[in-house]
Amino acid sequence: MAIFLNENSKILVQGITGSEGTKHTRRMVASGTNIVAGVTPGKGGQDVDGIPVFNSVGEAVAATGADVCVVFVPPKFTKGAVVESVDAGVPLVVVITEGVPIKDTAEFFQYAENSGTTRVIGPNCPGLISPGKSNAGIIPGDITKAGRIGLVSKSGTLTYQMMYELRDLGFSSCVGIGGDPVIGTTHIDALKAFEADPETDAIVMIGEIGGDAEERAAAFIKDNVTKPVVGYVAGFTAPEGKTMGHAGAIVSGSSGTAQAKKEALEAVGVKVGKTPSETARLMREIIEAL
Amino acid sequence: MDLYEYQAKDLFAKHGVPTQSGIVVTTAQAAKEAAATIGTTVVVKAQVKTGGRGKAGGVKLAATPDEAFEKANGILGLDIKGHIVGKVLVTEASDIEEEYYVSFLLDRANRTYLAMASVEGGMEIEQLAVERPEALAKVPVDALIGVTPEKAAEISDAAGFATDIRPQVIDILQKMWVVFTEEDATLVEINPLVKDPSGKILALDGKVSLDENAGFRHPDHEALVDNTQTDPLELAAKEKDLNYVKLDGEVGVIGNGAGLVMSTLDVVAYAGEEFGGVKPANFLDIGGGASAQVMADGLEIILGDPSVKSVFVNVFGGITACDEVANGIVQAIELIGQHGKAIDKPLVVRLDGNNADLGRTILTDANLSVVTLEDTMDGAARRAAELAAAAK
Repeated sequence: MAIFLNENSKILVQGITGSEGTKHTRRMVASGTNIVAGVTPGKGGQDVDGIPVFNSVGEAVAATGADVCVVFVPPKFTKGAVVESVDAGVPLVVVITEGVPIKDTAEFFQYAENSGTTRVIGPNCPGLISPGKSNAGIIPGDITKAGRIGLVSKSGTLTYQMMYELRDLGFSSCVGIGGDPVIGTTHIDALKAFEADPETDAIVMIGEIGGDAEERAAAFIKDNVTKPVVGYVAGFTAPEGKTMGHAGAIVSGSSGTAQAKKEALEAVGVKVGKTPSETARLMREIIEAL
Repeated sequence: MDLYEYQAKDLFAKHGVPTQSGIVVTTAQAAKEAAATIGTTVVVKAQVKTGGRGKAGGVKLAATPDEAFEKANGILGLDIKGHIVGKVLVTEASDIEEEYYVSFLLDRANRTYLAMASVEGGMEIEQLAVERPEALAKVPVDALIGVTPEKAAEISDAAGFATDIRPQVIDILQKMWVVFTEEDATLVEINPLVKDPSGKILALDGKVSLDENAGFRHPDHEALVDNTQTDPLELAAKEKDLNYVKLDGEVGVIGNGAGLVMSTLDVVAYAGEEFGGVKPANFLDIGGGASAQVMADGLEIILGDPSVKSVFVNVFGGITACDEVANGIVQAIELIGQHGKAIDKPLVVRLDGNNADLGRTILTDANLSVVTLEDTMDGAARRAAELAAAAK
């Protein structure tokens, strides 16, 4: 099972002939991912390590049955790439690209919503991995093994850190949803999927300052999640009005603070760690008590 | 990027939103001349990227050019919530019959856009939203459909604009939407939108935030950047494409990944409580790549901050292998040495993840006296805080 991505996933890489696209395609293949196609307009007929390259997503899907697109194309072309994947009926589009204009994301997200067939993860995210099964994006495939913890995070490196801290226990799926102001898949979407996944026993949720996604996730957990959830929020020391690396990570006035997010999560029974290591310890206690 | 009022009004004028542009000046003498040119009673308004200017004494009426000189003299240099006033906008004073509020913004939670409007304008909108939420209409705007005449009418009617001004409001809402989409804004706000005695509706103040990710579509936005208020270290970092934010503590922080660096700041602050309140001095994300050059650039920026007493390099090797990062640190120290600077502040380094053992070996073998290796993020934060406290 796992969520969104499993051993049957057939992956297509958009921008496969670019340097990042090629590099990460090789890494994904090395961690056991079934990559069936690449797309770069004008380079149809070529191949990357034997993976056939097509001119369009439509052609690639028709020829290979790809059902996941991983997008590495530059920001200028990202909206077009996502729209093309939606038009081809691809159920999951993972947008790794950083620096996509918010307007473009809002538009391609709405376009995907309207289609009723496509889930978007990202942009500006590391992608997702179901260890031992498939890896769609740039998460290192060798940090941890398959296990029964689910992880959802706005931050890439904190995802890696948490996978590393709990590497002996392993994960069902780890989903990096990205740090942009507008993202396709939210904490809530991932929580809902982990709750329904028989291979997930407990969930780690990593958030950061900015917006109110964590507060909304807390409300969702209260009514819909029966599995234990452990939380972590980064950015307690972030000053107001400064963007901390991620475009969405900004405290505006009194809203979006780490403290408010921590309190909202704790109010619904989520244990929130003060540091990544304490968060990992809280999860370890839960798994050991199961 | 937040714009000044006068820049926002320039964008309004460009797209046909009725407003009063006025004249921007940086000296009291120029304010006097501007008032003489305008020839009526004027308002002298501080140009700062924060709210509450009026309360802070940053907005004054002046009946004569001499009075404009005097008011501008008082406002220029004023500190409004940490923003020093360097420019004032001199505009014709308007007679106001009524004040309203209209805005378009990004609705992060619903991943779409939102229009907000109220016929009770003039006050801080956050205050209105809390005290009289029923007086503030909120209407979702579909990103693909945008603000059609029907949508503009829906917004106007939801807020309860009177029949006689409704056509003007509908027109302004559509033009504001053009500003929002064509300029790639994340916020376009008019507060107040006013009705003058002749019944004309116009924007008396404006706030616009632009999406920097869309900069490639807007080469003209470059001219709107004002670095006079930017911290010099942040400016130097920006020139080197580094993601740096100056904070007010003593422990310099370098890490890879925004989330990990934010987390590092928190862990340093917790550890610092034990050592008399030592805090992080900055946010610096060197990203996934972390080449020797990027590491050297980052270290140079951080060591250029006199309040830094120790540096914590916190790297989780994901895409980047830790041996590359370790080589980066060794080369960075050499590079800085070649620039004629010696590193005289202790560096605490924590490497984990991909090839961490190899990375640690490289640093140990390099035998750098300023470098201390720690195994965990918590341990390294504690050590860096301790060293900073000792050097204070």
